Parts: sequence; C-alpha cells; structure tokens
Amino acid sequence: MQKVSRLSRFNIASLALGLAFLYLPILILVLYSFNASRLVTVWGGWSLRWYHEFFNDRAMIEAAWMSLRVAVASATIATLLGTLAAVALSRGERFRGRTLFSGMLYAPLVMPEVITGLSLLLLFVALNAERGFWTVTIAHTTLTMCFVAVVVQSRLGSLDRSLEEAAMDLGCDPVGAFIAVTLPLIAPAIVAGWMLAFTLSLDDLVIASFTTGPGSATLPIRIYSEVRLGVKPEINAICTLVIALIAVVIVIASLASKLSSSQGESAAPL
Amino acid sequence: MAEESPGTKVAAETAGGDACPDAGQPLLRIEGVAKTFGTFRAVDGVSLDIKAGEFFALLGPSGCGKTTLLRMLAGFEAPDEGRILLGGKDIALALPHERPINMMFQNYALFPHLSVRDNIAFGLKRAGMARAEIATRVSEMVALVKLEGLEKRKPDQLSGGQRQRVALARALARRPKLLLLDEPLAALDKKLRESTQGELMELQRRLGMTFIIVTHDQEEAMTMADRIGVMKSGKLAQVAPPRELYEAPHSRWIAEFVGDINLFDGETKLRDGHRLVIGTRDAGALVVAEPREGVGSGKLAVAIRPEKVKLSRRGPVTEAGRETAINILDGVIADICYLGGTTTYKVKLDTGGMLQASVANSARLDIDAYSLNQHVVAWFTPDDCVVLQS
Amino acid sequence: MSSRRIFARPARFAAIAPYVWMVLFFLVPFGFVLKISLSQTAIAQPPYEPVFDLTAGWDALKAAFAALSVDNFKLLGSDDIYVFAYVRSLNVAVTATTLLLLIGYPIAYGMARLPKRWQGIAMVLVIVPFWTSFLIRIYAWINILQHDGLLNQVLLALHLVSQPVVWLSTDTAMYIGIVYSYLPFMILPLYATLAKMEPALEEAASDLGAPPWQVFWLVTFPLSLPGVGAGVLLCFIPIVGEFVIPDLLAGSNSLMIGQTLWLEFFTNKDWPVASAAAIVLLVVLLVPLLLYERLQKRQLEQGR
Repeated sequence: MQKVSRLSRFNIASLALGLAFLYLPILILVLYSFNASRLVTVWGGWSLRWYHEFFNDRAMIEAAWMSLRVAVASATIATLLGTLAAVALSRGERFRGRTLFSGMLYAPLVMPEVITGLSLLLLFVALNAERGFWTVTIAHTTLTMCFVAVVVQSRLGSLDRSLEEAAMDLGCDPVGAFIAVTLPLIAPAIVAGWMLAFTLSLDDLVIASFTTGPGSATLPIRIYSEVRLGVKPEINAICTLVIALIAVVIVIASLASKLSSSQGESAAPL
Repeated sequence: MAEESPGTKVAAETAGGDACPDAGQPLLRIEGVAKTFGTFRAVDGVSLDIKAGEFFALLGPSGCGKTTLLRMLAGFEAPDEGRILLGGKDIALALPHERPINMMFQNYALFPHLSVRDNIAFGLKRAGMARAEIATRVSEMVALVKLEGLEKRKPDQLSGGQRQRVALARALARRPKLLLLDEPLAALDKKLRESTQGELMELQRRLGMTFIIVTHDQEEAMTMADRIGVMKSGKLAQVAPPRELYEAPHSRWIAEFVGDINLFDGETKLRDGHRLVIGTRDAGALVVAEPREGVGSGKLAVAIRPEKVKLSRRGPVTEAGRETAINILDGVIADICYLGGTTTYKVKLDTGGMLQASVANSARLDIDAYSLNQHVVAWFTPDDCVVLQS
Repeated sequence: MSSRRIFARPARFAAIAPYVWMVLFFLVPFGFVLKISLSQTAIAQPPYEPVFDLTAGWDALKAAFAALSVDNFKLLGSDDIYVFAYVRSLNVAVTATTLLLLIGYPIAYGMARLPKRWQGIAMVLVIVPFWTSFLIRIYAWINILQHDGLLNQVLLALHLVSQPVVWLSTDTAMYIGIVYSYLPFMILPLYATLAKMEPALEEAASDLGAPPWQVFWLVTFPLSLPGVGAGVLLCFIPIVGEFVIPDLLAGSNSLMIGQTLWLEFFTNKDWPVASAAAIVLLVVLLVPLLLYERLQKRQLEQGR
C-alpha cells in the first residue's frame, strides 16, 4: 500500500534542492566543455575545439591510457581478491585471525588516502621496486578490493542460505553448490564491485601520486597539476569524456546484471 | 547388520541391492538421537522407526525440535549422539549430497536464476544422468505435478501454488528413498492448502514413497499422515495414528495440545468391574471406563472432548441414552461461540467447573440453539472419557 | 557439524589469498611508516637513514634500537604549524560533518518517504555523482566559484552584489567542496535506516497524540541513530585526512594535516617527519576507526 500523503512539501523541497546541488555543477561542466570560447565564463557557441585539443595533447593521452590500464588491471585483481574475502567472511564462520582480517578489510574504506599512499610508497621503496604501472596497480588493488569485499559480502549476507542447502540436498558438494547456485546469484554484486573498483581507481589522485614513478603519471595527476594552474577549457572536455566513460561502464554493467539475474539487488552499504 | 563407517557413499550403495529391506526392518531407524546448540538441547534422545511407504508427520509447537530432527535426517545438522539408520546403514554423519534423501524446503528454496525445467533437472545433473534421460524424467515430473507449459518460467514468474509444485517435483525427481517436507504448505492460503493436502497424499500413495512431513498445523498432520509423532521440548511425547492420538492421548499435555478438551482433576473413589468412579473438584463424581493399562494411585484427570458432550434442556431423552449416559451434569450456558458448522457452548456447572460442549448445527434455524444463562443438562458416557495420569 | 560448518571449511581457504595480500600491502607498510618516523632525516635518496638492517643480525638490531629517535615526534609537538594543522583538521571535520548531517538528513528522509518504486530511482540519482570522478567534481566547483565564474555572474545579474565576491581560496569554498563530495556518503546510510523503519511506528506515535515535530524527535530520529552514526563516521574520518579539497579550494594560509603531510613529503622531502605526521594522524583517528569497524561488522555480519 502506498501512501503519497506521507510525502510532505518539505520532503519534496529538500529532495529537489539536494539533487539540484548534486547535479548542477556537473551539468555546467559538461555544458562548458562544448563552449567555443576560451573564457570559461563567456558562451561562445557550440564547439568540439577542446576535445580536439585534448586528442592532440600527447601527455594527456598517455596519462589517460595509463589510468585506463591501471583501472582495468587493479579492478580485475581487486574483484577476484575481494570476492574471495567476502566469501571467507560471510561463509567461513569463525576462524583464526578473522578479526584482524575483517579489520584490515574495513579500515581502508575510511582511512585517509595520504596515510595509505605514504605507507605503500615506503614499502615499495624498502623493496626497491621500480615505481610505475605495477606499483600503482598494487596500491589501487589494495584499496578497491575492500570496497568489492563489502559490496559482495552484503549480497552474500542477504542470500537465503536454504538455497545452498537445497543444492547440497540435490547432490552438490559445498564447492559445487557455491559454483552452481551462489555464484550466479551474487554475480550482479561482483559486477557492481568491479565497476566500483574501476571508477575508484580511475578517480584516485592521492594514492597514485605517492606510488607512481617519474614519467608514468595517471590522468588525475595530470589534471590536478593543470587545475592548480587555473581553469582550462580542455580540462572540461577531459572531465566530460571521463564522465561519459563511467556512464557507459555503469550502463553496460547494469544491463549485464539485469541479464544475469532478475533478482532484486540489495543496496550495498558503503 | 555391520556398521558402516561414517561418510561412506550411501547414495550409491542403497540404490542397489537393498532397495527393498525385509519386512521386519524399518526403512529409517532413529536411535537415541540428540542435538545440542550451545546449552539448548534441541533434540533430546529421540528414537523412532519409520516403515517404507509410510506418511509420517512430526507435529509440535515451534521450538520443539521437529525441524532440527528433520535437518539431521537431511544431513544439514549432525547429531551429537545416536544413530540414524537408513536401510540398515548409519548415515548420521554422511553429508547431505551423499544421502538418498531429498527435502522440500519450507520457503521452497527454488533457485531464482534457473527455469522450472532447470530447477527440476538440477539434482539429476549432479547424479550424472544422461541428457536424454534427464529430459524424460523432467517431463515426467512436470506432468506429475501438473506444470505443463511452465517449464521455461523462472520462479518469480510463478504463483505460490506453482512454486510449491516445482519444489515438490525437484525433490521427487531423484526418486529419493525418503522425502522430507518442511512445513510444505505453510505459505499457501487455506483453500489451496486443503486441495494440496489431498494431492500430496494421492501422490505419495501412487509413488509408494516414504514421506516425513514437519508441521505445526495439527489438522494438516491429522488429514495426511498415517502416523503422527508429537514432539515436546526435544522429545517425542507420543507416536500414534491420528485417531489414537486424538481419542487416546498418553498424557495430559498431548490431550491439551491436540484439539480442544475438558479436563477435570480428581482421584479414584470407587472401582466397579471395569468402571471407575473418580471424584473431581469441579464436576463432582464422574464414571469412567478403566483404561486397559490400569491406573496408578494418586492424582488423575478425566478428559472429555467437547463434541462428546451432549446438551439438552431436560436431560437424556432416549431409553438407550438413559442407560449409557451415566455422567449427567447440570449447569447454565455461560458463553456461546458460533463457528458455522458447530457451536461451542461453555456451561457453568452447578458443581463449580466449566464444561465445553460442541454441538453440530444440524438445523439452519436456531430453534435448537441455547441462549445465555439458560439452564441445560450435559451428559456423556464413561467410554467417551479418557483417564490421564496427572 | 551443521550445514554452515560444511560450507565453512572450503570458504576459509578463500581467505588465504586476500589475507596474504592485505598483510603484505596494508599491515606491513604501517611497520615501515612507524620505522621511518623514528629515523633521522638525511639528504639522500631515499631521504632517511636506514634504521633496521635485518640481515645484520641481533647485535645490529640492538644498535639500531639504540639509534631510534623520537625527534620527529618532538618536532610535531613543538612546532606550531603541526599542532595548528591537527587542530584545524579536527575543526574542519567536525564542522563539515555537522553541515553534512544537517543537509543530508532531510534529503534521506525525503527519499525514504517516496513511494517505493521511486525510492530506487532516487537512490541511483544520489549514487551516480559518486561514480563520477572526485577530482572532476571539485574542478566543477572551481568553474563555478572562480572570480568571473557562474555564481558571481548570477549574483551580479540579480544585483545581489555590486562586485564579484571572492569565493575561491576561502573556507566557504572548501566547505562547499567537502559537503558536495561527501554528501552521498552521508545520505546512503541515513536512507538505509530510515527506509527500513516501519511506517506504522510514526503513525502510532501520531495516533497517540504526538504532533509532527514530536513524532520526529521522539520516534524517527532516535530510531535512525545507527544510520547517523554510520554516516558521521563515514564522513568524519576521511575528512580529517583530506588533502585534495582544501588544497584546491581553501586558502593556503592555514593547512590541514593531510596538506602538511603532503608538503613535508613532496616539497620538503622530509620523509621521517611526514611518517611521524601520518602516525599521529592514525592515533587521532584510532577511536573513530574502531567505532566504524564495529559498526561495519555489525551491519555486514548480522544474522550470523
């Protein structure tokens, strides 16, 4: 039964204002990326000039390519490790070192990035590792696998345990039951986890700044150094492209999860 | 019979030679099985034999251990004590997938990502059955539970009743020696539940399979089961066919748990042949038939079902009635509860107690009905009374 | 043995790989931070004196312990810059979290009261900006807040101000940026608890004679406290160590601890002091971190 009357005028106003606050800045940014004028404040008509400029900016393109590679690699490793961690935490009952394990997985979710970044850099320096693609990938994996673990764990927690029991009753051993029943049902959460890991990695400035080496800047690092010097229309174009990329990833992922399961997805607590 | 070491592949072995155990041996023998969760003794020394082809119901209030017992049979819990013998082999510690037993889950536990057909075929694929054979078996099962045409649907595109059928077909598909049903009808509405009860019984008889059903609904257990085991606090309080359970309960608790009953506490006053006279505080002296096993000394209770109590304005009318209706009690109507087919009257007895009488409403008009505060005479025969040890 | 335990055995094997990874790349690095925070600054690459050399044996280890110094921590305690940075960080985090709660609560409350089928859409709408890059969202605000940016243009056009207001490099800009970036983190846990709440509870309260504001204060708000706790911690902890937002939007005359750490590390190349600053930050955040862990555990592992 729905009660529309529960929604007061105050509720509607706060919702509308809240959403406007969240979306207007992004819309303005996208709009100005098509502005022909160099002055960000003056509308000079529609133009793809700044996109053109971006595609001719070798350093930017290289940084973008680096970011994409890191995001795909770290998201993939993080999804694998995070899913394993979620399975261990939600199905492993009590085991030795469980508290430490869950502690290590939940802490990075809120840990200030400067601390995570600094500590990983010191590790890489101590190991004498050459800094670049792999160090950033490892650092991003460490951060994002925790997010994957939380998303997948919450799905596993809401799953009806009698489904696994039914699978065993019908002749599956525990691993077989997991593969035949549990895995297909948590697939949407795993996809969502990958997506989250991908965008977090694409987004990260602080940890990447610490862990990357000379000559292998990621896109956020480049954007950051440009932004510090002031607003440039080209940055608007890059940002719009990144937003578009993420939108495409979200659409593909949500289509994929819709196809793989008609189950209602539970909200992932973050 | 030699004892098997735990964990043997029971499924493979029992499917072969001893599919038909000799007549004297039960299909399932539960011996002193107990299970403790923390400090809570969920199942406390249950022993029970179940014959092949039997429809057995485990009945009891929630928390009595009936579901835990069922889960031990399925292999989801391992007993702390005791043995579970299936066709003579101890399966107490076998894993669920190693047992030739299948279960129909309370919420059905249908795999939401699989179609009706794949749900039913799930267990067959695990058994390594050939593809063509699976297809034949699945269509056989679909026909059995009358789901033709719905094979490609997903569980969330089915009604509650259809889902229940898929769950049943899935559990039956492997032709288990024993089918466990955990509150199989609890999610259905009343009308559908009643028709499904009939279908389940028909199916069980036709397949000649052994069913164990767990339920908290005594009407359901009474309707379907050949025998009922009533559980209380982890123990089997009584195992008996429905009629015996209702008419000859072993204990005061069973008498009160199954159906409605009037209970009058008292002690033996007189013994006359196979008749006893029991003096009760609330209903005076009552004449009852002495139970076959006799009565001990001390406190007793006389139990009488409300529908065995007759009411009239003046007392027993027929000659025969006058002879047998030895217990005649006077009182006034204190409460009336009209239930459609019957009306339950609460009679405040002149001796002080309260007596419930259930009267069939055999006439549509209320000329026979009694009104509040009306004086009535209630009577019942000694054979309708059950004497219970208090 | 129960079915849960049948599952538990193989599930525990799944822990091995992520466990090893997290020990190696999360736990062990803190050891390095601690170690370097206790060593002397050196003008070298890497710019610190090695403290331990595990290959050198026991005597060397003892000698190394003797050489450990707490000078960096003394510096942090004595130099006003650092003390101010910690105080400012906590200050900013408290203010921003309060603002977030005041802004986020009405939005979450509105979402929870939407008809069921709209709630999902509203949730997606709140989450989507979170998916777009953090840096981009800050940059979007620079666009708006700059001297000849949209905000000043609108204000001038409406004749609310006679000349452009300085927004950028002020605390106001920083708070706008923080609230904007962290709002979904505040809304989602609040919404989760509010949406789970039985509507009949509020109805019962008003049926028993409570006016709307009392219904809110005596029933709705107390019941939403777990969500408030989660939202507050989820925002407060990272804001204390925030770097990007104050760096891009706030003025440079007073720094937050994240900025100080960054400065020591990248500009001054003083790794030991940066490490000491990180350790102190970690200690400051220890209590909220542990609280958050307990909350997260309870949420994810309920019904176990």
